[in-house]
Amino acid sequence: MAEEEFTDINGNSISLDCQTHSAFCREFTVTSPKLSLRKVMVYTCFIWLFAYAIFFFTENTAVLSSAILLTLAGMMIHIHFVKVDHETLLIIGSLGVQLSSSYASGRESTTFIEMSKLKDIVINEAVYMHSIIYYLCILIKDPAEPETVTSVVPLFQSSKPRLNCLVQVYRSCQEILAQTR
Amino acid sequence: MVLKIFFPQCCNTADSGLLVGHWIPGHNSAVVLAVIHYPFIPGQVKKYLSQMQSQSEVDLTVLGSWSMPKEGKEGMDSFLKDLSTIFPQKCWLQLSREIGKRGFTCQVVQNNGKLVQDREQKNGDDSGEEDKIIFVHYDQRKVMLSQLHPVQEISQKSDTEPSELRLVFQTVAQSQPLFFLDKYDDGPLKLTHWQSEGREASIIAELLKQASVPVCIFLTWLLSLWHWFCSFRILHFRPVLFISSKLSTCVQSGYRAVHFKTVFSPQRAATHMDFMRKANIFVSFLVDIALGLLLVSWLYRENRISKLANTLVPVADRVAKELQELLEWLMGAPAGLKMNRALDQVLGRFFLYHIHLWISYIHLMSPFIERILWYVGLSACLGLTFALSILSDIVALLTFHIYCFYVYGARLYCLKIYGLSSLWRLFRGKKWNVLRQRVDSCSYDLDQLFIGTLLFTILLFLLPTTALYYLVFTLLRLVVVLFQGVIHLSVDFINSFPLFAIGLRICRPYRLAEGVKFKVLCEEPGTPLHLMMEINPIKCSSVLQCYRTPTYSCYPKDSWSALCKKLFVGELIYPWKQKTTKTD
Repeated sequence: MAEEEFTDINGNSISLDCQTHSAFCREFTVTSPKLSLRKVMVYTCFIWLFAYAIFFFTENTAVLSSAILLTLAGMMIHIHFVKVDHETLLIIGSLGVQLSSSYASGRESTTFIEMSKLKDIVINEAVYMHSIIYYLCILIKDPAEPETVTSVVPLFQSSKPRLNCLVQVYRSCQEILAQTR
Repeated sequence: MVLKIFFPQCCNTADSGLLVGHWIPGHNSAVVLAVIHYPFIPGQVKKYLSQMQSQSEVDLTVLGSWSMPKEGKEGMDSFLKDLSTIFPQKCWLQLSREIGKRGFTCQVVQNNGKLVQDREQKNGDDSGEEDKIIFVHYDQRKVMLSQLHPVQEISQKSDTEPSELRLVFQTVAQSQPLFFLDKYDDGPLKLTHWQSEGREASIIAELLKQASVPVCIFLTWLLSLWHWFCSFRILHFRPVLFISSKLSTCVQSGYRAVHFKTVFSPQRAATHMDFMRKANIFVSFLVDIALGLLLVSWLYRENRISKLANTLVPVADRVAKELQELLEWLMGAPAGLKMNRALDQVLGRFFLYHIHLWISYIHLMSPFIERILWYVGLSACLGLTFALSILSDIVALLTFHIYCFYVYGARLYCLKIYGLSSLWRLFRGKKWNVLRQRVDSCSYDLDQLFIGTLLFTILLFLLPTTALYYLVFTLLRLVVVLFQGVIHLSVDFINSFPLFAIGLRICRPYRLAEGVKFKVLCEEPGTPLHLMMEINPIKCSSVLQCYRTPTYSCYPKDSWSALCKKLFVGELIYPWKQKTTKTD
């Protein structure tokens, strides 16, 4: 088990946790920073003050209740569908790779990619606006045509770690892939 | 190479015995399906396995031995080693589990007697032989019932090899005959598999299954009667065919007949997709009938039918009166525009006379309307879709005069536009070459030019009047078409929505699998890796996409731009095109 201080591409601090379950099975968990209470309070106060201002002019209480409902619904949608708590990559030699994202409300969405479909795990560069970012991705191949890459699945899309974190994950994965190919 | 053993959860606490299963070809993995307990006679085991193999088409073999020593009983290690000589295998697995420990240990013996792995004798120096065995625990019943998506049927010859997981799922699903006998039966062999945890059955389900075959046969006979009735010669004349293709009720009933043929066939569904289609059609038909009966019970309470009939004639009257006022308005100076008085009066009077005729017919029919509505309302017992189709047809019939006006206005306008464009070409000295399908220059005589210019001016100055009438009636027609379109969309929705598949996804999510999920079970040092395989159900949107019943759905024939062009030129628009053949 190893935990070090890493940051994501925007400078927020994230943490990487590597667990070695066996010689050919490893699990990497990247944890994003949690929802900050200050931001939530600021947004809520802003919306409610705005609604109160409208109420002051229109004298219609429906504005206030709709603002409350909107804030609640927005918050629930945000923590259930948008805010990712941690992302996990579980690599099992000769079986496959499992990607899982866990949201702030506890919901987990998992995908499993079998080893026969997996061509390689690489670090790619991407030009995003004015900066160049690195991301780890899985190259998928069709078992019938082993030479062509049919699709690319990027990993850790919500946490977006920086290169030093990615290199560590990449090296571990390549060790396992080399052993059990 | 890593050896993967798929082990069912129900056998975790089974007594010692032989492991029966299947080696997956091409991948270094084995699926354990059941455990045969001591005492057994090897000859009977072999006979039983070959019998099961012929019934289930799965290559069943004895994979190895399973040892779970109970308290007070001696370990059977030496006995287990000797078994490998009785059942000759390429690879013999010796799994054992100790009480108090959660992990299994495994020894693999190759054919030449050489011990490949031996956990107890791990030397201090790392000879590179680390444990390369993975135990994948799976829930046997769920994997047996589950279907991996995208669906690939077993009988289909696909060029790609099925993946390992798909082979595992197929093996467990096909080994159903193996799961009939278990250790509580009085047979020669005592097996443990998922049925040993407690067999579940429902009397109602069994009774329904037994009753379904004669009911299906009876309903198929009824359906053949209906087909015989529909094949009468008198119903195949052109006018009848034409009308029945336009009335949505006839289309809907024909469509339902096709559905019934699928659902009521006495044969079992061979493939998963056939089964789902049958189930979806059946469930949506039941829901349709239920909604229809609900509608009927609401409609016939408190004398609503007669109230409806009593309001129908005044509503038709009112619509006619509104149309009359509209025409009077057009005949005057609508929106401040100045119309050509003569043409205006002609067109206006022509349409007013039509409305007068229509109103007379409605008044003629008014004593019978209540009776007709009463019987027509009863047809809602056949389903909500029928009621909606009938409503759509009634609306079409009641607004027939609007349709007629639209056709007259459109034809007049169309003629005018064609005349204008042709005379405009003459005005500029050009002509349309029909042979070459292009515009050519042409020298006209003086009298041709003179008459052409005169006609052109006349048509041009009459254009605003005709255009206005056309615009008004097209808008009315579009309103009616929109209303009919909404009804058709809802009928389509009821027809094609896969209720059974959605219900299955919500209540039994393991039946429709998109993939699997692995969880690492807490390991103890000295044991191989244990993983728990769970089924990952597909998303609801994929359910809809995959299991939607194909319909005759009416999609717009033209794109928006083509529609606008047609409206501008004055061509008659038929916004709904019925597909006669079903397409997926």
